[in-house]
Amino acid sequence: MKVTFTVNGRPTEADDVWEGESLLYVLRERVGLPGSKNACEQGECGSCTVYLDGDPVCSCLVAAGQVQDREVGTVEGLAQGDTLDPVQQAFVDAGAVQCGFCTPGLLVQTHDLLNRAHHPSDAEIREALSGNLCRCTGYEKIMDAVRLAAARKADARDAAPTGLEG
Amino acid sequence: MEFLRPATWEEALAVKAQHPSAVPIAGGTDVMVDLNFDRHRPDALLDLNRIHELHTWQIADDDTVRLGASVPYSKIIDALPDRLPGLALGARTVGSPQIRNRGSVGGNLGGASPAGDAHPPLLASGATVEAASVRGTRLIPIDDFYLGVKRNALEPDELIRAIHIPSATGPQQFAKVGTRNAMVIAVCSFAVALHPRARDVRTGIGSAAPTPRRASEAEAFIRAELDDTGLWTSAGELPLSTAKRFGELVARAAAPIDDVRGSAAYRRHALAVMARRTLLWTWNDHRATGRAAA
Repeated sequence: MKVTFTVNGRPTEADDVWEGESLLYVLRERVGLPGSKNACEQGECGSCTVYLDGDPVCSCLVAAGQVQDREVGTVEGLAQGDTLDPVQQAFVDAGAVQCGFCTPGLLVQTHDLLNRAHHPSDAEIREALSGNLCRCTGYEKIMDAVRLAAARKADARDAAPTGLEG
Repeated sequence: MEFLRPATWEEALAVKAQHPSAVPIAGGTDVMVDLNFDRHRPDALLDLNRIHELHTWQIADDDTVRLGASVPYSKIIDALPDRLPGLALGARTVGSPQIRNRGSVGGNLGGASPAGDAHPPLLASGATVEAASVRGTRLIPIDDFYLGVKRNALEPDELIRAIHIPSATGPQQFAKVGTRNAMVIAVCSFAVALHPRARDVRTGIGSAAPTPRRASEAEAFIRAELDDTGLWTSAGELPLSTAKRFGELVARAAAPIDDVRGSAAYRRHALAVMARRTLLWTWNDHRATGRAAA
């Protein structure tokens, strides 16, 4: 079957999609967006986290046909051109990336958290990232990165003229 | 395999009647796992994502919540914690934020796994399942819904439209044992709801029998105990011995097995502890509310 949807703002079409295929497979194998990672295929690890109509979800658990006419946002859509999103930059600066496999999912999930909570507590961060597994870092650097991103985004908001929050 | 995408509820019922073996898929958090691991290859998937009303809820005149089958757990947590506190507590323990954005009570009921986190609160609340087909709609009391491991009372042409759950009239609790705070399939779980107007206490046991089930003997015991001692009226302290006995009876109502998540003996022990604690929590909440209102 054919599936037509929007990815990172761009209208996208995938052909010859098997009816039981996941959104993750379509993204990685059919539309050239391998940023979302395929690890557990059962929603345990969060490596494949993408936005679906604005909500973070495990793309391995979304049937491809379910995204027809809907909007998907992937890790590839976070940066603005060559400028990394503050969340991405914070992960680099805090050393929160080791093998990097879990990173795309953590970035999307953190991006969503910081859109909803400007000053998340450690408990809120842990809760938000509870569905994202990292087997390298022990999570401390990841916690540092999220705190750093939150602080930088708060600084940017303070510096921006009123009404231009984002 | 076919991928069926009805745009309306009426169309979905017609499609299900034509394709009774089609597997309904909403959040996909169970169905896609089976597909990804090639455990099950259905003839057709019946996508329910386009049917808007399944994502909504209404409050009836008698304060019953008619919860659309696809309302994700995250919405229940955000929007309905006051009306459905037990279910909202259970919802908070489902999977992870990503899973809670997709998974729904309709999916828990459709899958009918004994470990589903929604089941114990639904049993304790006295919920009713609204099942529909082209032949019409029927309301299935939750006590009659679970038939066996992953088997429910739905006919092959039926879909779950909504779950009718009375708004809480007293404190409700949910407890679950697992190896960590997220991404846990329950080793066992327990829900209790006080219904002060009816002077009733209802329970739900999860993951400790072939189906979710109530602890009827424990309910009868605590009902009689509260009546005989006049505690509903006095709102006095619940003796620890009573709560312990309640826990023992809850454990006795279970029929657990040994499996990878835990032994039968451990499950019984954990149930007794969870039942004792949650009963005391709800009773103490009830007393505090009564004092605040007085």
